[in-house]
Amino acid sequence: MTFVTPTIEWAPLIPMMIVLGAAALGVLLEAIIRNPATRRVVQFVLSIAALLVAAGAAVLQWATLEGAGTIVMNGMITVDRQSLLWQIIILLFGIFGAMLFASRTSAGESAFTPLGASVPGSQDETIARRKGFELTEVFPLALFAVGGMMLFTSVTDFIFLFVALEVFSLPLYIMVAVSRRRRLLSHEASLKYFLLGAFSSAFYLFGAALLYGATGQSSYEGVALVVQQTASTDPLLLTGAVMVIVGLLFKLGAVPFHSWTPDAYQGAPTPVTAFMAAATKAAAAAALLRIVYTTFYTLGWELSWLFWAVAIASMVLGTVVALVQTDIKRMLAYSSIAHAGFILVAFGGFSSQALSALPVYLVTYGVATIGAFAVVTQVRERTEDGSIGGEATRLGQWAGLGKRSPLLAGAMALFLLSFAGIPLTAGFIGKFQAFSAAIDGGAWVLVLIAVLASAASVFFYVRLIILMFFTDVPEGAEEAVEVDHSPLARAVVVLTMILVLVLGIVPGWFLDAANNAAVLLIGVAG
Amino acid sequence: MFPFLTVLIALPAVGAAVLWALPASARGRVREIAIGFTAVELILAAVMFLQFDRDAAGTFQFAETHSWIPQIGTSWALGVNGIGLSMVILAVILTPLAILAGWREDRDVKKRTNYLALILLSQAFMVGIFVARDVFLFYVMFEAMLIPLYFLIGMFGGLQRRYAAVKFLIFSLVGGLIMLVGVIALYFQGPGGPQGFLTDNLTGIDFSTTTERLIFLAFFLAFAIKAPMFPVHTWLPDVAETARVGTTALLVAVLDKIGTFGMLTLCLVLFPDAARWAAPVIIVFAVISVLYGALLAIGQENMLRLVSFTSISHFGIMVLGIFAFQQTSIEGAALYMFNHGLSTGALFFVVGFLIARRGSANISDFGGLQKVVPVLAGTFLIIGMSALALPGLSPFISEIMVLVGAWGAVPVAVAFATVGVVLAAVYILWMYQRVFTGPTAKGLKKTRELTLRERLVAWPLIGLMLLLGFFPAIAINYLREPAQDIVSIVSVEEAGS
Repeated sequence: MTFVTPTIEWAPLIPMMIVLGAAALGVLLEAIIRNPATRRVVQFVLSIAALLVAAGAAVLQWATLEGAGTIVMNGMITVDRQSLLWQIIILLFGIFGAMLFASRTSAGESAFTPLGASVPGSQDETIARRKGFELTEVFPLALFAVGGMMLFTSVTDFIFLFVALEVFSLPLYIMVAVSRRRRLLSHEASLKYFLLGAFSSAFYLFGAALLYGATGQSSYEGVALVVQQTASTDPLLLTGAVMVIVGLLFKLGAVPFHSWTPDAYQGAPTPVTAFMAAATKAAAAAALLRIVYTTFYTLGWELSWLFWAVAIASMVLGTVVALVQTDIKRMLAYSSIAHAGFILVAFGGFSSQALSALPVYLVTYGVATIGAFAVVTQVRERTEDGSIGGEATRLGQWAGLGKRSPLLAGAMALFLLSFAGIPLTAGFIGKFQAFSAAIDGGAWVLVLIAVLASAASVFFYVRLIILMFFTDVPEGAEEAVEVDHSPLARAVVVLTMILVLVLGIVPGWFLDAANNAAVLLIGVAG
Repeated sequence: MFPFLTVLIALPAVGAAVLWALPASARGRVREIAIGFTAVELILAAVMFLQFDRDAAGTFQFAETHSWIPQIGTSWALGVNGIGLSMVILAVILTPLAILAGWREDRDVKKRTNYLALILLSQAFMVGIFVARDVFLFYVMFEAMLIPLYFLIGMFGGLQRRYAAVKFLIFSLVGGLIMLVGVIALYFQGPGGPQGFLTDNLTGIDFSTTTERLIFLAFFLAFAIKAPMFPVHTWLPDVAETARVGTTALLVAVLDKIGTFGMLTLCLVLFPDAARWAAPVIIVFAVISVLYGALLAIGQENMLRLVSFTSISHFGIMVLGIFAFQQTSIEGAALYMFNHGLSTGALFFVVGFLIARRGSANISDFGGLQKVVPVLAGTFLIIGMSALALPGLSPFISEIMVLVGAWGAVPVAVAFATVGVVLAAVYILWMYQRVFTGPTAKGLKKTRELTLRERLVAWPLIGLMLLLGFFPAIAINYLREPAQDIVSIVSVEEAGS
């Protein structure tokens, strides 16, 4: 057997190359620049610059794309408008994420532990803090994650998808573990996330192997052709398909594959939670979308029970459990599980409208999510000596926030209303598109369940609004909570607020883009 | 042509933004600024009213159609026919009065600013709902309006305000979201395209029977919750009891009309066959609302709850008129929507005046006020009489039109509903008797007489009710043609099917 080296068209890969290249450079800079303060600035500037340039390159490619797109590396990667749109979305989330990573409290604290390798509570940790160490590795790690996610949305080969999956997952496991405060919780979260992530990778890999066994193909297109030709459904093929999808549903955080979500969201440093919640979900939804609509489309009937069951379970469980949460990060985590259910509703009818609906949904959801967590980073406890302490994540501590900081509380209310899908916020447009896709496919029973779940979910979103605006600060607790002013986090809040409003009121331009992107280059579902 | 409708929507919204943007030092005059905005709004609406072509009251006038989100088929399409016009007029009349009625309610300037800005914001949405000619736009306004209202109930008002606000929001959202399913499904039944949500494009669609009925029900449920009809009315008394009187007056007098307005202009027009199919059951629920509301009103101890139950009863009569599908009954229902707004709005305002004097809404805390404050008593009596439909005051003529018009179609229902009208005399007069007659209660000897400001709130409404009571033709001329159109849509297809 001779090994033929494929000719690679590098040009369509430029955005990903920029991000991954900058990540590699960032790792190098870690070793070169000794002064923590300088290193932090350099890493931040490098990250933002790389992400912006990559986004610019992706936009340029979108504008100059001829025909439907380009197939790269013998069909392992496909760069079409669908993938470019997702890449831009993930880059946007990456930019917001980097801004949050770099934000510091007015006491000059970042969200990350100064020395990740130190044992929590040990002498090392104290020394590292006193000496002003900075954990700036998160910037290159985040770039690796972004690059992996971009790849994840563009890959059209089951084996290569696994590579992309690991490229974006491994950095996230580390980033979850490096919280500055409550470090043991952070470590535990990381371990849980890692174990369940490995579990889901195994699921995925086994499924991909089964697919290969059943079809002799590893590319989406190759499997798709066999699937179309197979008259009777091959059990091997179907099992493989289900396991591959289950692997992706883990990343999406849908019930019953959600159990890592609340712990990872709560334990991770909040900027990481923000980035992870928005970007991982987008990447997972994009990959799922591409696989379902290229490869498994003709299996629609056989698979729809899976989507229906998981969607309903996610919406119901996410909503019901969120109702009883007392920690704001956990509440948002369960809300994200419910949103995973809404995302799956769009798949419910197997209508090709989902191709334009899901990018819209994920953007509206992701922007509000990042905004909400950015607000969380700024509501702080006050320590006994009067300085600003850790985040005040207990719901009760948010009482009366509307009086303390109308901007933050108003922004949070807007994000919550967007989650709830109230018109004139982005969330409504997202839900409208997702539900339209499902109704177009005839799944109106699923949509009915989804709207009832939305109505129930309003209950816990509104509970926080009640706390912030309708409840007075408890007697004697006026001093216990402090609103921090870190300019970068503020900027993220304001930018996401603007985006939520713009996408809610004049979303036409973005819907146009999503409609343009609703064509897959290969195996177009039709 | 001057874009009256867009300006009417935008002006209060701008007003709200201005109030919030004011620096703290300039907030001493927020009330004057707010009332200024509503006054300009009122003048604009009056000019529009004068320019409205009465002979073509059935067509949508001042129409504007701009592309909004063509990708999902929705446009910024506005227009009013006679019914929409009457509702807009009602909204612009009652908003400044609500502000005036609550003039002294807040000492805290920040709180006052928030309250007034939210009132203005709700006014923008109210007007928007009544002039929308696009189902999506209607839906957006319908849902977005909940937010200012939610804050109005939850931030200002009595002890139970948080509970009431959540109850209101959840009830409205469940209805609204189910309606959303209907809205999307309707789009797929219609012609689609960049103007696929335009009401005109959705009229006369050839549905399959089941589809039409399901979509009709999705819409109707949302409107029944809003209008409050038995058995989905339970949110209203709780809200009325705890929210500020100004909020409640606007809510019951104007916003709840969206329910009946939607039934009239969307349910009947878009789904005529399904409306006929559902009419018998809906009429039964309407009659139950009439009687149930009236009976519960008699039993109430709290005046605000009492008035809200009377409204449930009156909304039952409107729904009865709408679903009797008769020319006179529909005209009467549309007229009643306007008159009920005047009458109930006024009733809430005077109850508010009483509460401001006593610090309590309980009837048993009052007594014998007639001797102390005769003008207040007289005002209350006249407004009360309008609520029980005394001839000479405008609600009378509309109630008669509904009952007489519907008699030909559903005599048994009308017979029962008439009992409700009789019960109205009991709850109003008994309330008057307990509050104003008998020995003067302790601590009420020095009760203040109706002030000039309060007279400015109550008397214009009484004047309007007298005017329309003696010359109902002024209003009916605007409502006859739209009613004819609706009746013809509902009955033409009857011959066909």
